[in-house]
Parts: sequence; structure tokens; C-alpha cells
Amino acid sequence: MSNESKKLAEKAQGLTAQKVGDALLNNALIIIMLVVAVYVAIKKPSFLGPTSLVNLISLTAAYLPVALGIAGCIVLTGTDLSAGRAVGLTACVSASLLQSATAANKMWPGIGTLPIPVVIFIAMGLGACIGAFNGFFVAKFKLHPFIVTLATQLILYTTLLLYVQMGNNGGQAISSLDQGYRNFVVGDPPLFTFGSVRIPNYVIYALLLTAIMWFIWNKTTFGKNMFALGANEEAARVSGVNVFATTVGVFALAGAMYGWAGFVESARIASNTANTGVNYELDAIAACVIGGVSFVGGIGKISGIVIGVIMLRLIFVALPLVGMDQQLQYAIKGGIILFACALDMRKYLVKK
Amino acid sequence: MDQPVLLEMRGISKSFPGVKALDGVSLTVRPGTVHALMGENGAGKSTLMKCLFGIYRRDEGTVTLDGREVEFKSSKEALENGVAMVHQELNQALTRTVKDNLWLGRYPKVGGFIVSERIMDKRTREIFEELEVAVDPNAVMSTLPVSQRQMVEIAKAVSYDSKVIVFDEPTSSLTETEVEHLFRIINMLRSRGCGIIYISHKMEEILRISDDVTIMRDGTWVATRPAKELTMDEIIRLMVGRELTNRFPPKTNKPGEIILDVQHISGRYTRLKDATFQLKKGEILGVAGLDGSGRTEVLENLFGAMTREGGTITLHGREIRNKGPKEAIKNGFALLTEERRATGIFGIRDIKENTVISNLKNYLMGGVCLSDKRMRDDTDWSIQAMHIKTPSQKTQIRSLSGGNQQKVIIGRWLLTKPEILLLDEPTRGIDVGAKYEIYQLIIDLANEGKGVIMVSSEMPELLGVCDRIIVMSGGQVAGEVNAASTSQEEILTLAAKYV
Repeated sequence: MSNESKKLAEKAQGLTAQKVGDALLNNALIIIMLVVAVYVAIKKPSFLGPTSLVNLISLTAAYLPVALGIAGCIVLTGTDLSAGRAVGLTACVSASLLQSATAANKMWPGIGTLPIPVVIFIAMGLGACIGAFNGFFVAKFKLHPFIVTLATQLILYTTLLLYVQMGNNGGQAISSLDQGYRNFVVGDPPLFTFGSVRIPNYVIYALLLTAIMWFIWNKTTFGKNMFALGANEEAARVSGVNVFATTVGVFALAGAMYGWAGFVESARIASNTANTGVNYELDAIAACVIGGVSFVGGIGKISGIVIGVIMLRLIFVALPLVGMDQQLQYAIKGGIILFACALDMRKYLVKK
Repeated sequence: MDQPVLLEMRGISKSFPGVKALDGVSLTVRPGTVHALMGENGAGKSTLMKCLFGIYRRDEGTVTLDGREVEFKSSKEALENGVAMVHQELNQALTRTVKDNLWLGRYPKVGGFIVSERIMDKRTREIFEELEVAVDPNAVMSTLPVSQRQMVEIAKAVSYDSKVIVFDEPTSSLTETEVEHLFRIINMLRSRGCGIIYISHKMEEILRISDDVTIMRDGTWVATRPAKELTMDEIIRLMVGRELTNRFPPKTNKPGEIILDVQHISGRYTRLKDATFQLKKGEILGVAGLDGSGRTEVLENLFGAMTREGGTITLHGREIRNKGPKEAIKNGFALLTEERRATGIFGIRDIKENTVISNLKNYLMGGVCLSDKRMRDDTDWSIQAMHIKTPSQKTQIRSLSGGNQQKVIIGRWLLTKPEILLLDEPTRGIDVGAKYEIYQLIIDLANEGKGVIMVSSEMPELLGVCDRIIVMSGGQVAGEVNAASTSQEEILTLAAKYV
């Protein structure tokens, strides 16, 4: 009898130990992130100062919209390789429409400076069209998104190269942006400050965008259909979900996000070339998988994506502070991606 | 018949490239009745239902629902017009919750596009309460056992308040008590005046629950009769199109001395606990039990496909380890897996590749390249010895019937010259006629001195083919019976021992 109860006690203990282990493993990335942050903060207290924190937050906010968009494509077991070029194109278009009226070599001298809301609409609309184009080929011809968006990426690059040669621009970087545009995006005067450091306005916009995306993902029919579709397309179809419209919608929404990212990026870096946005999709995909948006499909959380983007930016911001060689950051990034995905898969593996 | 008609399908034809899947099939369902649809695999039952449900577009024929001619272009349209279906394959979004699945495609909305979790929750509970389904609406689908997922699927179909509900093999993953539960639900629907179309291979069920029976064969209508006037033999005769006097071939194998001794094996991650049994040369040992009782685990554990903990396996007096399938094959084991499509066949590859895949090292010339001729010869041998009906070796295996696919896989294993054959549901999803051939093959193998361990959920099959049967219950061996002298009741009692 006592033997039996001992066994039971052992079992219970084993269970809790396992549970603790599981909890640690499932949150390993956040724990590592905190450890890194604490380590850097001890070594270099200025890391926790306003300048460095605002820098981290700003970079996160700049990269977040692309990740929020691409995450939907990953939930559908797809991906989107055209995101970076879409950001580049919408950035150049935004910049060209919002050059100051007095700029030398103004690309479109005839238009003056368009109202900002009109340009936002054009950038996001253009992005949405690119996304819908991707979604159409994925949904209609059942092509793998990898293929479709690879093709779109290439097509967009040519479009971009041709665009920057149009008007009076002649292939130069598009700069001399309208001050109102810079003020709207970067914030001068800023809406908020942290200590004496200005928080760029696009951080606020990113927060708003995150809230909107959270709402779409969790509270709307469209969001629920997206998850169901990613989890089991056939189930969604026989339950009466419009698979075509949902797929096109997810890609178009992602495209609109790239459009927004392009609009912000253009004013943020102030000088736009055909190389603006290149490879943004890879950072965004990395952020998503680190944040637990699974390539298995049908799984992902907005909060995870935000954490994923912060993680990646942390490496860029924090590690140089403690004297880590810049060249190492790519290896560290690669390591984190592998580690994060292995942890993620661990949840779905059924041991036999 | 002058009775009212709810659904009438008349002269339905449907062709796929190369095959006429349906040829002028008719089906009439009266309100408040259960209409069983029977036929061998490939007879066209599911195709007919998919034509009704808008998944396929019919080529010819008319469908009349409640006196109105309809043609659904999508599942959505069918559902909106009062036709619901429980699909044969569990079509569920496994990463989502039960209630998300239940309301998929018709989420209760507020303000046009915002999903109301509250209404969803309330209605889910109402439906589950009415149908007495004990499932947590907020549980994630993948965490539920298959039988509960099936009950959710059934509840979903019922919740559409449809006039016509199609059940396509709903009981294949249900336990006995759940089947009773399903029948209570069906009886309730019947008393409400719904028309129910019920597809199943289980004749006992059909004769119990249905009012009318329609039998199909090779895409054509064969007969429609009141269930009262039918017997099991009659149904089989109509389905097969010929007299099938014996369901099982004569048992000619003679068990010899013990060749395999399994002592106290358990699974590390699976529920198999402390299983002990022996197998004789030339013997067919059956493994019975309910779904989830550890039947499959016995075989996969022996084969090294699952992690073993403790226990010993002794073959011919020599202890072996079978740590993985590779080692097991080397030791003369072969495993025919339960899920043929998922873990048996390589669907888009041809017969030849499917035949030689477990035996490739025997075709090596000089250790580098494979001899195409020897592979072709072996495949030819397999096609002849197993009586596989195929146009050629180059045919994709997925285009063969289930029975022929199974024969290809048995042939694959025989090429490895196994001594112990582990067969998991060897006749699942196979026509009545082809089953007989598989039984004959199994008995022939035993006659050649091989030891066979066979898992099956069909008890008559175990009684008809095996020599001895071990019964699993709750992961343990609940008992052993002699197939010649036992009864279904005895096996069922044992199967419930540790539940």
C-alpha cells in the first residue's frame, strides 16, 4: 500500500517536473530574450535608457506591418516572397507623389504635393492589388504561394526599376520629400515623447495597426475562416466557406500592409531607390516563425508576431552594445530561427 | 408508392475521365424515414452523395427536393437548402476549437462581420445538450479522440436543421455505446420528419436502423427494398451480383511449434501495457478489441515503429530487439499498416516502385545501381501470385481499387521473405468479394509456415480466419480465446474488461 502511494507520489512529482519543463520550453524564446536583455542592461546600463529603447521600439514598429501581413499567408500554409519588393514599389510611389513642390528634379512636377490621405490610399490600394494578384493565382490555379510570389517578386522588381526612371527622376533616389509628409510619419512635433526622446508617430500607427489586425484575426468571420482554411481547406469548403474569396482576401490584406509599410518606410529613410524594401519578407517570415506562426497552417497569434519582430530587432540593437561583432548577427538570427521552429514543431509532434 | 416524397434523385449520371462513376441512378427518400445506401467500395455511393451535396456536378438527371427541382453548385448552397452531410473522411480544422468547427461557414454575426463568441457558445451548448453530446465546446479539436470528433461532426450536421441529412459511414470510428447514441439521434431526427440517407458497410446496423435499402453496384442502381424484406445474405447477393455462399475460405493451415515469444512488452509513449503472448509456426493469431484498446500498438511495438519499454521478444529461442522497422525487417518481420492511404501506399508512384520499395538492397548490382530487370521480374511475380488486377506495372497505385492496393502491399512484404506477418486491418475498405481473396492469401501464407498476427475490428472476420485470438482492453491483454470455440459475446466481454 505504502509502496503504491509512493509510486503515485513519484508519478505526481514526475508530472509536475515535466510540466515545469514543458512550460520552460514553450516559453524558451521569451525567457532567452529576457536573459539577453538583462545581460545587456547589466553590461551596458544605457541599453535601458530612453534613446536605445525608443530605437528598439521604432525599428520594431517599422518592420511590424510586413510581418502582420505575411503572417496571414503563413497561416494559410503559404508564404509571400513578394513582400519586400511590394514595400519598395509602394515606398517609391509614395515618395514620388509626396516630393516637396520645390524639389529639384521633381519626378512628377505637374502634380504639386498630393494630400497625405490620398497617397496612403494609393499605397495601400496598390499593395492590396499586388496581394490580390498573388491570391488569385494561388486560389484559382492552386499554385503554391512560394512559386506565385517568387514570380511576383521578379515582376515587381522590373516594375520598380522602370518606375524610378519615369518622369524627371531618371533612376535617381527619390528624395526631397514634402515636410508635411515627414512630419506625419516621423512626427515633428511628435505626439509622444519618452523622457526627452521623441517617439516617432509611426510607432503609434503600428500599435493601431496591430489592434486592427488582432480584431480581424480573432473577431471577424474573415479571420475565423482564414484559420479554418489554413487548418483544413476541405473542411472549410464543405462547411460552405468561400475558399477563393478568403484566400484572395488574406493575400490582399497582406498587400495592404506592405503598402502601409512602404508609405512609412519612404518617409522614414527619406531617400528611396529601387532597392528599398529588399529582403524585408525574409525578416518578416523569420519574425513570424519565431513568434509561433506555424507553417503547419491554421496556427498563429498577433502577440506572437509582435514578440517575433522585437526578438529580431533586439539582436540588432542590443548585441552591438556589448561589443558583439556585427558579422555574427546573421548566424545568431539563423540559430534563433532553427531553435524557434524546432521548439514549435515539438508541440505538434506525437511521440510513438 | 403513393407516400409523400422528400427527395428524389432520378437518372443521375456522372463521368470522370476514363470511368463512368454513375449511370442513371435513382434514389427516393420519404420524410421521416431512414434510407440506407449500400454497395461495395467503388459502387458509387459517395459519388452519388457528392452530386447531391454540390461537391460534384452531375452530368445528367434531376434532383427534386420538396417538389422543387434543385441543382446545388456548392456545399454552401446545399446546406442553405436543407441538405447536410456527415462526411466519410473527418473534415475538420484540427487546430481550432470545437465551436469554431461547429459554426464554420455560418458564424453568428453582430454588425455584419463581427463574430459573436457568446451566441456561438450558447448555441453550441444548446445543441450538445439536446443531443446529449458530452464535449467541451472550447476544447481544441486535435486534443479530442476520434470518436468524439465524429460526434461533433454529427452534431454539426444535425444543427443545420436540415430536411435531408446524409451520413456517410458515420460509425467507422465509433464505439458500441456511441453507435447506440447515434441511433438515438437518428431516431429523433426521423420522428421530426427528416429524411436520412445512411451509408454503411455494417449490415447489422443497416437492418436495424433503416426503413428502405437501396443497393448499388458498379455505378448503377440494383434494387430498392423495404429493410424488413431483406436478409444479410440477400444484401450480399445484390451487392456482389452473384451468390456468395461462404464469406471465408476453408481453414487449412496447421499451427506448429512456437516460434515467437513475446513477454511483458509495454509502450513508452503509447498505452500498451505488459503484453505477453506467443505465436506458432503456421498460425494465424487474431488481435481483437475496441478502437483505442491497443490493438495497433501491439503490432507497431513488435515492429519497432513505436518506442518499446521493457519486456523481451524471442524469435526461435534467440532474443531480438527490433528497435526500429529496419531491424525488424532484417529479423523477418513485415507490417501491413492500418491506414493504407496514409502509411501504406505511395499513391502517385507506380506499381513497380510500390512493390520493390522494402527490398531495394536485393536489386543492387555492384552495390551502386539497381537492376531494373530484376525489379520488373519481382513485380511480375507479385502481380501474378497476388492476383493483382492492373493494366501494367507502370500504373499509379492510387488508381487501383482498395483490394488491389492491399495485394500490392502484401506482395511488397512477401518479397522481403518475412517469417512473421503483422497485418493491421488487412481488409479495411475492401469489397466483399476482394475480402475473400485476402482471407485466402492469409491462409495460404500460414500454410507456407509463416506466422501471422492479424488485427481486425470486424469480429466475424477474426472468428472466420484466425486460430487463436487475444483480446485487448485498455492497453492490456484481457484474455485469449480459441477462435473455433469462442463467441462474439465472450470477446466483447473481454474487450470491456479494463475499459
